[in-house]
Amino acid sequence: MFQSILFYWIAFVVVVAALGVISARNPIHSVMFLVLAFVSSAVLWMLLEAEFLAIVLVLVYVGAVMVLFLFVVMMLDINVQRMREGLTRYAPLGIGVAVVVILEIAHVVWFKAQGFSLGVAPQPAPADYSNTEALGAVLYTEYVYPLELAAVLLLVAIIAAIALTMRQRPGLKKQNIAKQVAVRAEDRVRLVKMKTEKEE
Amino acid sequence: MGGLMDSMLATWLGIPEWVRELLIIVLKIIVVVLPLIICVALLTFFERKVIGYMQNRIGPNRVGPMGWGQPFADTLKLMLKEIIIPTNSDRFLFLIAPVLSITPAFAAWAVIPLNPEFVIADINAGLLYLLALTSFGVYGVILGGWASNSKYALLGAMRTAAQMVAYEIAMGFALVGVLMAGGSLNLGEIVMAQQGGMSQWFMLPLLPLFFVFFISGVAETNRAPFDVAEGESEIVAGFHVEYSGMAFAIFFLAEYANMILIAALTSIFFLGGWLSPFEGMPIVGDSWLAEPSFFWLSLKIGLFLFCFLWFRATFPRYRYDQIMRLGWKVFIPITIVWIFVEGVMAAMKIGPWSV
Repeated sequence: MFQSILFYWIAFVVVVAALGVISARNPIHSVMFLVLAFVSSAVLWMLLEAEFLAIVLVLVYVGAVMVLFLFVVMMLDINVQRMREGLTRYAPLGIGVAVVVILEIAHVVWFKAQGFSLGVAPQPAPADYSNTEALGAVLYTEYVYPLELAAVLLLVAIIAAIALTMRQRPGLKKQNIAKQVAVRAEDRVRLVKMKTEKEE
Repeated sequence: MGGLMDSMLATWLGIPEWVRELLIIVLKIIVVVLPLIICVALLTFFERKVIGYMQNRIGPNRVGPMGWGQPFADTLKLMLKEIIIPTNSDRFLFLIAPVLSITPAFAAWAVIPLNPEFVIADINAGLLYLLALTSFGVYGVILGGWASNSKYALLGAMRTAAQMVAYEIAMGFALVGVLMAGGSLNLGEIVMAQQGGMSQWFMLPLLPLFFVFFISGVAETNRAPFDVAEGESEIVAGFHVEYSGMAFAIFFLAEYANMILIAALTSIFFLGGWLSPFEGMPIVGDSWLAEPSFFWLSLKIGLFLFCFLWFRATFPRYRYDQIMRLGWKVFIPITIVWIFVEGVMAAMKIGPWSV
């Protein structure tokens, strides 16, 4: 009973936050709504006893990705008026994409729901069940190759991003960090002794 | 007397069970948070005293005996001051930013075992929970800096965002090493894995990770020498330049609460938490000195807090690009190498982590 009230309340917050992301006037507010949506979804996962996924969602998306998002959005000088002009032109495309996404999700849900009876809560796991351990056991045994493939894919993406943005302009002045670290006081300061000059 | 006790017990049992559970949880939280706030107040006092003596001064000594009343006088002053909200600032975000920075600093204490028995929430994924919460703290700073609608505050917020994201990675990797050595994500079990005297503490086998973790912790809390977020000499006071009164005090409280948190985490992960350093030594025998207790944890926390203050009195502030270099090009490679070393040793069954 208590859990279902919690579920519907959090689900309501997720939906409101998701609507807030696309309707907020200020891009910073949009980003914060997205953070709220992520945190609330994490709570939903927690209700499903998937605590590892819930915490990783907060850790990765809220803790790192959204911070960088916020970082970029804060730097942008966004002209809201200009952004609005394109709405009628892009709306059909956006609606089309949304319909495809909804159809895909509905299809998967329908497919997965074959064996389940709707409206019945799943049995809670026993107390000694650790979601983290269970996930690790599956990931590193049965799915170890897909996992490593995904890791390599991410590595390639990182290297590609760095390679694309690393452009060395000729004549660029750079700091030689090793030289800076190795410097000693004697190299920087020259003490000069001289006789006092007096005006006779 | 017995009658009174019985009637009290009867009233207690008369309350519905879920209310009783709730009351006990709230009581536990108060037992942790209230002393924490008092510790923060005392820490500000000790900071000024310690740095004072290190710089050949006396430090505050006017309010109360030997100046002990100073932190409370400061608190009272900050409470009575007006909170000024700048025009053209984002009112809502401006006011919620301090709250966002203090909440994770306190909420993290939920999974920290204070002695062998007491922990508010004994959860399996305690270490992950801590990582998630410490990464949450950056929002308060960024939003506070942006909502102030001030150039200095925005600059401070930018610096913090980049710095905290960078050092979080090093911190997370250092904790991966701890997790491999401890074999659990539960903080109590990590402490138990270090049982058996000082030589078993993770500080020795994980020495590089210990240094990386603590230094990253100093950077995460924006303390000197990594305090470019505040950099008085460049950007006035950084992200909280527009804050006054209690709104400022909450940022202040959050910074010090985070310091205590990092000190506690370092003691738990690398110094055996509430375990006694004299454990198993024949000299002290079976006396309380060999028993694990909160006393040892508080002693270790105190040691690291002193290091925080010591650093501030000793080191000049890092240049911004040097901070970034240290985080990305020095700490992260060190942690990755040490995790690899640990993995190889564990596979070859060498060392304390070979289970």
